[in-house]
Amino acid sequence: MIKPDHITTSTCPYCGVGCTLQLHVRDDFIYKVTSPFDSPVNHGNLCVKGRFGYDFVYHPKRVTTPLVRRYLLEGKPKPEGREQVYAISSDGKPIPDSQISNLWDWVETDWDTALNFVADSLVRIYRRDGSDAMAVYCCAKATNEDNYLLQKMYRALFRTNNVDHCTRLCHAGSVVALQQAIGSSAMSNTASQVIMNDVFIVTGSNTSENHPIIALQMKEAVMKHGAKMIVVDPRRIDLVDMAEMWLALKPGTNVPVFSAMAHVIVKENLVNWEFVKNRTEGFDEFLESLEKFTPEYAEEISGVPAEDIRKAARMYARAKNGAIYWGMGISQLSHGTASALALIHLAFLTGHVGRDGTGLNPLRGQNNVQGASDMGSMPFHYPGYMRVDNPENRAKWEKAWNVEEGGLSLKLGLTTTEILSHAHEGGVRALFIMGENPMMSEPNLNETRRHMQELEFLVSQDVFINESGAFADVFLPATPFAEKDGTFSNTDRRVQRVRAAHPPRGLARPDWEILCDLAKRIEARLGRTNSAYWDYKHPEEILREMAGVNEDYAGITYERIDKVGLIYPVPDLNHPGTPTLFTESFPRGRGKFHQLDYVPVMEEPDDEYPFILTTGRLLEHWHGGTMTRNSSLNEIYPEARAEIHPADADIHGIKHGDPVRLQSRRGEVVMRATITEKTSVGVVFIPWHFAEAAGNLLTNDALDPQAKIPEFKACAVQVFPARDGDLPNPEVMLDRGRY
Amino acid sequence: MSDNLTLVIDGQEISVEQGKTLLEAARENGIDIPTICFHEATTANALCRICVVEVEGMRLLQPACIVKAAANMKVQTRSDKVVRSRKTILEMLASTMDLSDAPEILTMMDEYGASHERFPDAERRESDIKDDNPMYIRDYSKCLLCWRCVQVCADDAQYTYAINFEGRGYESQIGTFFDKTIPETTCVMCGQCVGVCPTGALKPKRQFLLEQGKTPSEISVMNTGRKQRKPR
Repeated sequence: MIKPDHITTSTCPYCGVGCTLQLHVRDDFIYKVTSPFDSPVNHGNLCVKGRFGYDFVYHPKRVTTPLVRRYLLEGKPKPEGREQVYAISSDGKPIPDSQISNLWDWVETDWDTALNFVADSLVRIYRRDGSDAMAVYCCAKATNEDNYLLQKMYRALFRTNNVDHCTRLCHAGSVVALQQAIGSSAMSNTASQVIMNDVFIVTGSNTSENHPIIALQMKEAVMKHGAKMIVVDPRRIDLVDMAEMWLALKPGTNVPVFSAMAHVIVKENLVNWEFVKNRTEGFDEFLESLEKFTPEYAEEISGVPAEDIRKAARMYARAKNGAIYWGMGISQLSHGTASALALIHLAFLTGHVGRDGTGLNPLRGQNNVQGASDMGSMPFHYPGYMRVDNPENRAKWEKAWNVEEGGLSLKLGLTTTEILSHAHEGGVRALFIMGENPMMSEPNLNETRRHMQELEFLVSQDVFINESGAFADVFLPATPFAEKDGTFSNTDRRVQRVRAAHPPRGLARPDWEILCDLAKRIEARLGRTNSAYWDYKHPEEILREMAGVNEDYAGITYERIDKVGLIYPVPDLNHPGTPTLFTESFPRGRGKFHQLDYVPVMEEPDDEYPFILTTGRLLEHWHGGTMTRNSSLNEIYPEARAEIHPADADIHGIKHGDPVRLQSRRGEVVMRATITEKTSVGVVFIPWHFAEAAGNLLTNDALDPQAKIPEFKACAVQVFPARDGDLPNPEVMLDRGRY
Repeated sequence: MSDNLTLVIDGQEISVEQGKTLLEAARENGIDIPTICFHEATTANALCRICVVEVEGMRLLQPACIVKAAANMKVQTRSDKVVRSRKTILEMLASTMDLSDAPEILTMMDEYGASHERFPDAERRESDIKDDNPMYIRDYSKCLLCWRCVQVCADDAQYTYAINFEGRGYESQIGTFFDKTIPETTCVMCGQCVGVCPTGALKPKRQFLLEQGKTPSEISVMNTGRKQRKPR
């Protein structure tokens, strides 16, 4: 029996639940993960990713030496055309690839060389083309401190708000809706309050696979506390087994279904009039717009029986404590903002918000997507959701960053998707990517690829060379969660510590250190008189600088969150945190009803492309797969599978395990079919984690007009039988018994 | 407080809330009762019986983890009868299973003067290590049937129901339905079971490999490129 050299307490780097991990380390190697049974979020429970998925830290393909392209090192002009080059051997070393111009080879180098190339190139492009040519992707996996520094670097040094991250692809619709209706952008209550609900709605969220620990609490609420769960989802997800009702709507028909529920609540006089009168505005206009949303109208569009809509509406409205939990199925649509507003209306009508055990709860997908947003990694906001086009906000940050008066930009920046679509002469020329993987996560990847190739200069700061990093000019090896200190803010606003379990591998450095080093080099080249300040000794100093201006974090110190995290807003050093928001009022004053219309998805099925394709995630994998595909998690789920309903499979003569070719107007992929009633007739589901059969080659890049979130959840495809030889991975065939 | 009741444990008068077990009553007042199968995060089932105590007026020793404290109870946690029972339980465990990964039980044996050789003729419960997935191994030679893994897989945490008891009497063991491999069961590989196993019968694969003498770099390479293929 082996004993650990030490046990490091940290926070899980995967989904937004924020489970506490105890990393058992021996010889600088994590061999076991446990969780304390008194941990506030997860009570000792973990999922497969948290408990076993940390081994990507030691994967041989991890790159731990700075890499630059040969053309830079040899001082040659950049070769024509940007190629996607991995050229990394199985032991993390660059290998020359004879298939391509050797000027694109990766060459190992030292930090000085790599960072000087980055600083020189960025400053050269900034001097030539100005702020609009500069753009950056922050990272929902990195710490608050890393994100704060990166947006500070771009705002204070390059004077641009072209700062965004993958929240745009995830909950942007929810965030915009919450801001319009309430003035907030996070879960109103904590996930652990689910056991206080007596009725709750789960919609557009496959919680068991994407937030496994919250799903356990939902199951506990049903099994041990007598709560009733209503699942509204096109797929027969695991939670349906324990649900009181399952409303199987057609993808993209949230607005009619939830508006019809509102219709029932109004018509049957189940409205909490006191709440509507005292806490909301715009009800009369809303009522007019609601008239057309009869349950029968919704049934016609969504396929959900009108009677079920009535029953669900009554159940939720009559609950003592009702709550709504939602995921990407609401927000990832060209009307994602409207979908989220339809949910917010239900809470307004019934008053199921502002008390313990109620609430409007968007479940955030990544460990720190909430924190990255809080840190201002967004084109319209400084840290603390302070609008960039407000001169008062600008003055505060100019003071904090020693920027001359009027120095920071008031111009709204470009969003994630816009940054790439502006990658051309006269548009965005240089892109810095920290930890993200747009070549997997953007919709319509063939188009994304063309945009990536248009970039003049691309930096990737990551742990692996992923599908996006393979396009980069310089690769900066950063550290994963296990090798750095900082904080993550989880989905229910709890700010928790991340701690290094062992020193970085090779030459890798924590992101915040790399960014400070780089920023100083850029600042020196720009010749600015005042430094924005980059001499932090420890990440805590970074958090304190941010908390000095961002009031939500004002009372958070590393000392206070040493054992248990704090739930922001924490306005001062003695404040205990705020698990339940909006008890007295909403940040914008009164909650605002909006008038909604039903807008169909941009691409409806037709004769040529008769299936609706919907995409999502798997328990074993995580987003673009940079971490999980380089982990033993990949062994237990090694390939993408297309879920097809037996009725559809019969018509097309497709059997379980057969290879199928899925084709949309934008691209095609080949994978094996799983014949299952988990999906509905006419709907095909695929996961998007697998680069060799990337779901986002098919998806539609139509955007929500307000939130700019792409329509990942519905597009039209055709399914053709394929041959084994067409499969990217013909030898793999693994059936799992899990849901 | 009106909800409290008074009892005597080891001569000490103790006031506890109604509904508490004897184990909770004792521990709240600094009296140690040893436990093996009990875990604060799982339902107590009084399987291992190491927590037995003597209650005046009751014919048999009572498992403290499930027996509720009652008014005026007189409880002894270290009587001769209790100590002899615990010692025998430990000796029976040591005679049938591999305790090498259960340091707490080994310490307990020292404390109670329990002998590893008390029952030299006992048939040991031995089975091959089940290594059927990349996340954890199952070594039931080290299993004392505490039931924690089955419970966290079921209603105590995960609601997954992948494992249960199989066999009867001496043949009882933890297993999967129809003896399927772990990936083929409903198992989601959350490892809740590994987290509550008190004897190292369930162990993370990487810890197992380190103990087999593999180096971290050898283990890291093993995790790559290997594909599980289903025999067709």
